[in-house]
Amino acid sequence: MKKNKIFEDIVHGIFLILGLITVGCVVLITIYLIISGLPAIKEIGLINFLFGKQWASTAAEPKFGILPFILTSIYGTSGAIVIGVPIGFFTAVYLSKVANKKVRNIMETSVNLLAGIPSVVYGLVGMLILVPAIRKIFKVPDGASLLAAIIVLAIMILPNIIKVSITSLDAVPKEYEDASYALGASSTETFFRVSVPAAKSGIAAAVVLGVGRAIGEAMAVMMVAGNVANMPSLFQSVRFLTTAVSSEMAYSSPGSLQRNALFSIALVLYIFIMLINATLNFFLKRDKEK
Amino acid sequence: MNKRKIYIGIMKGAMYFCTSLTALLVLFLFGYVLIKGIPNITWELLSTKPSYLAGRIGILPDILNTIYIVIATLIVVLPLGVGAAVYLNEYALNKKVVELIEYAAETLSGIPSIIYGLVGMLLFSNNFGTSILAGALTLVIMNLPTVMRTTQESLKTVPQSYREGAFGLGAGKWRVIRTVVLPGCLDGVITGCILSIGRIIGESAALLFTAGFAHAINDFFTGLTSPGATLTVALYVYAKEEGEFAVAFAIAAILMILTLLINLSTTMVGKYFAKRRNI
Amino acid sequence: MSNIITSKDLCLWYGDNQALKNITVDIPEKSITALIGPSGCGKSTFLKTLNRMNDLIPIVRIEGEVCYENKNIYDKDIDINELRREVGMVFQKPNPFPMSIYDNVAYGPRTHGITNKAKLDEIVEKALRDAAIWDEVKDRLRKSALGLSGGQQQRLCIARALAVEPKVVLMDEPTSALDPISTSRIEDLIMQLKEKYTIIIVTHNMQQAVRISDYTAFFLLGDLIEFGETDKMFSNPKDKRTEDYITGRFG
Repeated sequence: MKKNKIFEDIVHGIFLILGLITVGCVVLITIYLIISGLPAIKEIGLINFLFGKQWASTAAEPKFGILPFILTSIYGTSGAIVIGVPIGFFTAVYLSKVANKKVRNIMETSVNLLAGIPSVVYGLVGMLILVPAIRKIFKVPDGASLLAAIIVLAIMILPNIIKVSITSLDAVPKEYEDASYALGASSTETFFRVSVPAAKSGIAAAVVLGVGRAIGEAMAVMMVAGNVANMPSLFQSVRFLTTAVSSEMAYSSPGSLQRNALFSIALVLYIFIMLINATLNFFLKRDKEK
Repeated sequence: MNKRKIYIGIMKGAMYFCTSLTALLVLFLFGYVLIKGIPNITWELLSTKPSYLAGRIGILPDILNTIYIVIATLIVVLPLGVGAAVYLNEYALNKKVVELIEYAAETLSGIPSIIYGLVGMLLFSNNFGTSILAGALTLVIMNLPTVMRTTQESLKTVPQSYREGAFGLGAGKWRVIRTVVLPGCLDGVITGCILSIGRIIGESAALLFTAGFAHAINDFFTGLTSPGATLTVALYVYAKEEGEFAVAFAIAAILMILTLLINLSTTMVGKYFAKRRNI
Repeated sequence: MSNIITSKDLCLWYGDNQALKNITVDIPEKSITALIGPSGCGKSTFLKTLNRMNDLIPIVRIEGEVCYENKNIYDKDIDINELRREVGMVFQKPNPFPMSIYDNVAYGPRTHGITNKAKLDEIVEKALRDAAIWDEVKDRLRKSALGLSGGQQQRLCIARALAVEPKVVLMDEPTSALDPISTSRIEDLIMQLKEKYTIIIVTHNMQQAVRISDYTAFFLLGDLIEFGETDKMFSNPKDKRTEDYITGRFG
């Protein structure tokens, strides 16, 4: 009898530990990033690090300013949002409200496929189609540029935006829409003036999710953005926060200031992501409460 | 009145345009990659390892590494993820703890893979070397939230009456979970598995610094402790570093086909279990 | 006849809501006791305190005592699993597990450590015979229990409860989800069962209470208003509220 109870308590304990592993992972990741990210920031100085316009990690007199990366990440993400969100949004409204079941099924499968394509494949196609196309169309010496990265990122965030927006649009109570019809609004007007505003929290969440995905993407961007530490400009080769970390990791020696600075970049990226997550949670919660 | 018509026209036009654009994009991506890739998939490519002497590239080691890393990741992540889900759904009474765990899982799923790669390098590779195992453990953390979430969704669909029935017969909690609850959430576990496989196959940034780039043919256990590139990492290396686009497209085509299969199987699992439930 | 279950000053709260108020009642052995009353009166809640099924709800708080064979089942040293083996339960909606018919009935015995195949076969057959469903299912014991009709499922659930050889079987409106023919088969079955078992049944159907029960307890808003022999209570209720209820003036 007692043995039984002890056994159940042990099982309970095991499951509790399994449950807390996720929490442990988050704590571990945070601590590791902070511990390995702080030394370089201390050595370089926070202001010099964040707002320095020059990154020359292997120069005789090395410079570790990551403003070009930060701005590139921000511009690149904003660009992807500007292009990807409208396309995703209109697609989502069409699929949620207009499309018949068959079209919707086919499109949902397609969107899922799009979400499943590995980022290196996006990078590969971008490298071989987008980059030369940009070079030819805009007559620039190298097509590997911020613009190429923006277009690839816009495509990559599309599935997230479409899926989350559809979920949110589907959840709009039919009564709202009926009320709008009863006032003589056409279906299109109803969708955009009643359904969309009613689903705006969810759509906002979709956008934030897209921001998170775009700012965190490394491989595809690495393959199309040229990977040079310039201040961002649409037709120039640029380096993102993510690619800054990965491109020098392989040849920086452990313990060097260069490598430590890469960890600091990762820490900055992590802080960005945490802020985005907090925003995302805010919108999702608001969407749920309604 | 006219203004209204224009508004409706524009909005309708935008919807049709964007939806077609999305559809075309998917068609184009798959069409392009498959057309350029499939002709390059040869038996020699699939069955050999790269040799500078023979001037040949083979992706057999990468295929094996991919399989090893999938197996190793799943072996670890399944018990952890399912266990966490069981804790949340069956044991946890304290709402704060549930919220904490769910928040942690959400946070994990929002962290970019490059950060996982970095932390994986610090945590695993620096301790026991760049290896498939280090890569797999990194992927475990990445996929934990996925397995947890799909299992949890599925646990919620196990009718409460099953649990009551079993408790009413005097079964202890663990027995109820093992015999009645867990079999009922099989679909969630399988879905989580498939989604994880998809993510593992597609992952590259998290593996660059944890599992490395080697192309040696190993058996499973040697493979675990040796560095090795998965298909996706190999694609990156061949395209970006070596300019071997034919091989890159062949791998890309294989990855696309796998993506198709994975999507297909998630849908089929969903349908199969939905049907079984409705008996 | 001795009393197998007795409750004394039993109070139960869901959070701040008191659902049972000082219930004191003695339930005689090898009889059928019906718990009646309007919905929300506490009859189901009371039933579930008798094998501690309320433990599954985290916000429930209990005071007072319930004795089963003269032992308080809310004592700390009680083995809940053993208690639930002896005080079995049949639920409102048939809830067979998604397993074969055989495995459903064998679930309880296996839970309590019986693994011998021959022994299990014997228990399963006996339980299914006792629940009057053996003839209908003997050729498809390995088929899924979910393929049975609602009435068959409920008799299977009764068989499942009997397979662990309980002394008391609690039934929570076991026929409310069933058609009249299945209902009457189950009523017949319950009346046969009282030779070996003590049955406590919650019902919202007063004809059913009259037809099958020996004793009746009438609950109202968490109070036990009246308890006594069924014939007497229905022909000559002591309390005005009981009379109002059984003559259909409310509820």
